Amino acid sequence: MRAPLRLVLAAMLMLAAGPVLAQSTLPVTDAARGTVSAEEMELQATLRGDIIRGRISIPDSRAANLIQPEGREWREFHNVTLAWIGGVALIGMLVVLVLFYLVRGPVRMEGAPSGRTIQRFNWFERANHWMTASTFIILALSGLNITFGRHVLLPLAGPEVFSAATQWGKIAHNFLSFPFSLGIVLMFLLWVRDNIPNRLDLVWLRAGGGIIGHEHPPADRFNAGQKAIFWITVLGGGLVAASGYLLIFPFFFTGMQGMQLALLVHGTLAVLMISAMLGHIYIGTIGMEGAFDAMGTGQVDYNWARAHHALWVEKEVVRARSTIDGEPRPVGAD
Amino acid sequence: MARMKFLCDADRCIECNACVTACKNENEVPWGINRRRVVTINDGRPGERSISMACMHCTDAPCAAVCPTSCFYTTADAIVLHDKDLCIGCGYCFYACPFGAPQYPRVGNFGGRGKMDKCTYCAGGPQADNSQAEYIQYGANRIAEGKLPLCAEMCSTKALLAGDGDIIASIYRERVQKRGYGSGAWGWRTAYRQDVSV
Repeated sequence: MRAPLRLVLAAMLMLAAGPVLAQSTLPVTDAARGTVSAEEMELQATLRGDIIRGRISIPDSRAANLIQPEGREWREFHNVTLAWIGGVALIGMLVVLVLFYLVRGPVRMEGAPSGRTIQRFNWFERANHWMTASTFIILALSGLNITFGRHVLLPLAGPEVFSAATQWGKIAHNFLSFPFSLGIVLMFLLWVRDNIPNRLDLVWLRAGGGIIGHEHPPADRFNAGQKAIFWITVLGGGLVAASGYLLIFPFFFTGMQGMQLALLVHGTLAVLMISAMLGHIYIGTIGMEGAFDAMGTGQVDYNWARAHHALWVEKEVVRARSTIDGEPRPVGAD
Repeated sequence: MARMKFLCDADRCIECNACVTACKNENEVPWGINRRRVVTINDGRPGERSISMACMHCTDAPCAAVCPTSCFYTTADAIVLHDKDLCIGCGYCFYACPFGAPQYPRVGNFGGRGKMDKCTYCAGGPQADNSQAEYIQYGANRIAEGKLPLCAEMCSTKALLAGDGDIIASIYRERVQKRGYGSGAWGWRTAYRQDVSV
């Protein structure tokens, strides 16, 4: 695993120095006739990660790249590093979740449901969540198919069926990126003020939340775990979307090294995000009793809300009282 | 069976672009696509060399290694070909290729790429040899007729050599020994992990 790691580190460095590297070409070393050596230039280009570039008489400037040996490194990333990161992140997460379910079981609600509910997410928040979630699932499946499909589905489906499915997957991937990106932006605007990390999150984390630990440390509208999911979605989703648009519009904004780097960032962050979302889906459905209602109907049981988000409920109650009671007003003053 | 390779003797190439034209005409290559091109390095300076470059039909081809639909295959002559009916135009082979060989017709919206097109070593594709379907999708199949790629056959200075790797390498070595200089076999180190040392 050491070599792939080094590659990722090198990639992160390239992220910083990308524009500079993209412009560099091999310096002219020997001038006299017969001293230009193909072998030597290729060796140097391989070692420095450079492109042997020249002049071309056709409009396509990319054709001026004579030899770009770092295509080999990109291949190594795509076939080895990404497969490892993706495999470990996804299969590892699934194994952890299954073990967790078997050992800990679903987090039960403490005490009986009160029968009264409180609104946790309004229709707009829920609609936006499900738009983002449904497009994410299709984007994730079509993306995983592009990376792993040839090893998993191709032997089962046969080349013709697999190619047709992958072609449609690619089209869906390109077009559904737009509602997904819109969803990420709206999520950020809707929920960012409730997701600023604060001191309470440390207390919550120290107690192991309500999932690992058995007590429920007081939490505001979102606890530290939910805040983590929020930032993974907004920052990860934002970067995945940005790198994805570089790939949808090939060579519009960047050159060869930029495109290779965009795919490196896109693929790595995407598999990590899918892994995180598996955890999110688990807790939101079978992992915790009463949690799905928040995004399902938008109404959660009062006792569930008190147990999980005590501070938020207090604020909501105070707000509700002030709207109902308000200042005593004389009759007919409106 | 032969192990087919290309070798461009850069000390002979005069950048006439006849190989480019011959390829486009023989294979009816679509507008905007060049399967072969001539790149000039150190242009206008001492040590200037022109190299005719296309798909090098690599050993352990990177394009085939990264293709999400596994549409590439290698013939008995070690020519790297692909099946356009399976290609989805994702562009991965272009990122992996050291020689910029894969080309894409622009179709549809965004940077929508059509089926990849590249040098076939004038060996057509998976369709029946010299059928109309093969010609429309991939161009000529001269190999099936017992001929070498037209680019190399047309080369006026015989700079571009095509044929079995050992044979063209020995022709090149002989030239270098006779004239006393040679810049080497461009791309061979990258494509075949081999160089033509004299």
